[in-house]
Amino acid sequence: MKRRTLLAALATSAAMVAAPLAAQDTVDIVYIPKNTGNPYFDSLVAGFEDACAEIGCTFSQAAPATAEATSQIPFITAQTQRGVDVIAISPNSPDALNQVLDRARSRGILVLAVNGDLVGNEEHRDAGILPVDFTKTGPNQVELLGSMIDYEGEIAILSATTDAPDQNTWIAAMEDVLANDPKYANMTLVAKVYGDDEPQKSTTEAEALLQTYPNLRGIISPTTVGVAAAAQVIQSAGKADQVKLTGLGTPNQMRPFIKDGTVQAFQLWSPYNQGWLAAHFAVGVRNGDIEIAPGNSFEVPNLGTVTMEDKNVINTQAELTTFDADNIDDFDF
Amino acid sequence: MTDTTQGKPVQQPVLSSHEAAAARPLWQVVLIRPEVMTLVLLFVAFGVATRLSPFFADTTFILESATFYVEYALIALVLTLIIVSGEIDLSPAAMMAFSACVFAALFKAGVPIGVAMGASVVTGALMGAFNGMLVLWFQLPSIIVTIGTLTLYRGLAQVLAGDRSISGFPSWFIGIDWKYWFGIPIPVVIFVVAAIVLGVFLGLTVTGRQIYQIGTSPEAARHAGIRVRRIKMGLFVLLGVTSSVAGMLTASRLASVRYDMATGGELQMVLMVMLGGTYIFGGRGSIAGTFLAAWLLIVIATGMNVANIPITSQLIVMGLLLIVSIVATNAIYARTQR
Repeated sequence: MKRRTLLAALATSAAMVAAPLAAQDTVDIVYIPKNTGNPYFDSLVAGFEDACAEIGCTFSQAAPATAEATSQIPFITAQTQRGVDVIAISPNSPDALNQVLDRARSRGILVLAVNGDLVGNEEHRDAGILPVDFTKTGPNQVELLGSMIDYEGEIAILSATTDAPDQNTWIAAMEDVLANDPKYANMTLVAKVYGDDEPQKSTTEAEALLQTYPNLRGIISPTTVGVAAAAQVIQSAGKADQVKLTGLGTPNQMRPFIKDGTVQAFQLWSPYNQGWLAAHFAVGVRNGDIEIAPGNSFEVPNLGTVTMEDKNVINTQAELTTFDADNIDDFDF
Repeated sequence: MTDTTQGKPVQQPVLSSHEAAAARPLWQVVLIRPEVMTLVLLFVAFGVATRLSPFFADTTFILESATFYVEYALIALVLTLIIVSGEIDLSPAAMMAFSACVFAALFKAGVPIGVAMGASVVTGALMGAFNGMLVLWFQLPSIIVTIGTLTLYRGLAQVLAGDRSISGFPSWFIGIDWKYWFGIPIPVVIFVVAAIVLGVFLGLTVTGRQIYQIGTSPEAARHAGIRVRRIKMGLFVLLGVTSSVAGMLTASRLASVRYDMATGGELQMVLMVMLGGTYIFGGRGSIAGTFLAAWLLIVIATGMNVANIPITSQLIVMGLLLIVSIVATNAIYARTQR
């Protein structure tokens, strides 16, 4: 371990003075998030850093100022020029990066899409590391809300926009289990409303739900903006005992509502785990321990056995992580 | 000025001593040109970037990185003419997006690609003419007009292309930034040629000199028989056409078109013109300045990226640079006005 750190230091300092061709002993990973100053990605970066400290890779990040579709292109080119071994990127566009990523790969760089994939353009990256198995998101949410309301009563969904692809997939899965799983036979979905991921509109829609459905027992809001807005509404109305809320939120946003009991529990995935997994995967591939192919699996400390799926997609977690009063202080994003 | 040309000579001893001042030495004439400042900054930036990262000083890499910026830089050249003429246009990034969407939508609809490209250029010309019409016929301030049309054109692009990207262009169309002419990427070649042509046009032709006159005093220019409106209209249309070309260069580089192409690009274009020493209120400036400023931005952005300097520090450097250049330009002009 000590020798490795020394080598890493040597390699880094050599890289600073020597030509790009200088051979490096450790795997050099760079991560390009969507934009800078986003706590969600800071948590992902922490996963990378901790993994690299453990297994001895060199990690750096380079973030554009905005999440605009082409803002990452100069960064990809610059990292290609630096001769890094691995570019991990949370892409701002499903296709505008195709050309420049192809160039990076043609120079032998391993390209990983992290947190979001190049949907429809998967051949322009080597593997995609996604947060969670999205087919489980809908059922996980229904189960969590059901457990809070004894699996009976009227429930409603507060979503993002009417055509948000992720949310619509999850809602379809929710409707499916509600209709077909006998466990949820006494739960009735009475409304689906859309807050467009705007705090103001989400608040108005949540207020309208409480007004229109006096017997409402629960709300699922599978979007971070919606769940925070709904929590605020329930808190102001003092209806935390009557109406249970859950959804997909970030711990920092939801912390006050968990602390004061407005919300018992909500879910999301762990960006930290994605960084942790991506670093282990990248080093494994670089060292020849992991071969990229659907169906292959590998071990990641703390996460267990991870399997590559169709199109080289890797789901970091099978199920969503549930945050409640007991564990919320362990997370900061 | 008017009383020396029209009025009878009057005895003014103070004035006559001013007239008797010796001509400026050549070195002063050269030094007070704002492009010199940009050139010096360019050399400094290159030196710093080379020291910051061993990966920077690589011609292939710099030229490759330049292709990300020359689309804006190409527009900035024409924008220089407009700003020298005393107007401004903030809509070119939106014109890029809409004309590229017209091109892509027509191509997707089965129109031959050459016709689609032609239609895109015509769309650019029409958008430029619309800007010009609002400014010249209705006598509206160009900054207000083009803030309006930038939103309008971007909206039209979104209506046309929707929220998804259009791709699937033939392989010969894709990747113009990776096609070379004597080792130089084609977009960079286009930019350099355009700079030479426009530089000659603005600096050496009669119409070019008239643009300076218009910018200095539209009133005087009109009295001198210069067709102010026709020239300005021509410049707005030229900017629309150039935006269309830049939009197609971008489409080729990215191999896809979306309505949000070049979002916020107008600020970078104006930044290039300002950095090149062009005076925002018109009458002064040069293509050489904008040309050098574009390279200055390329060197700075590329140098800081490859040195892994965080974007927050990059923004501070860019902001300071702009302020320094504006202060310097104004100071230089103030000196020459004495």
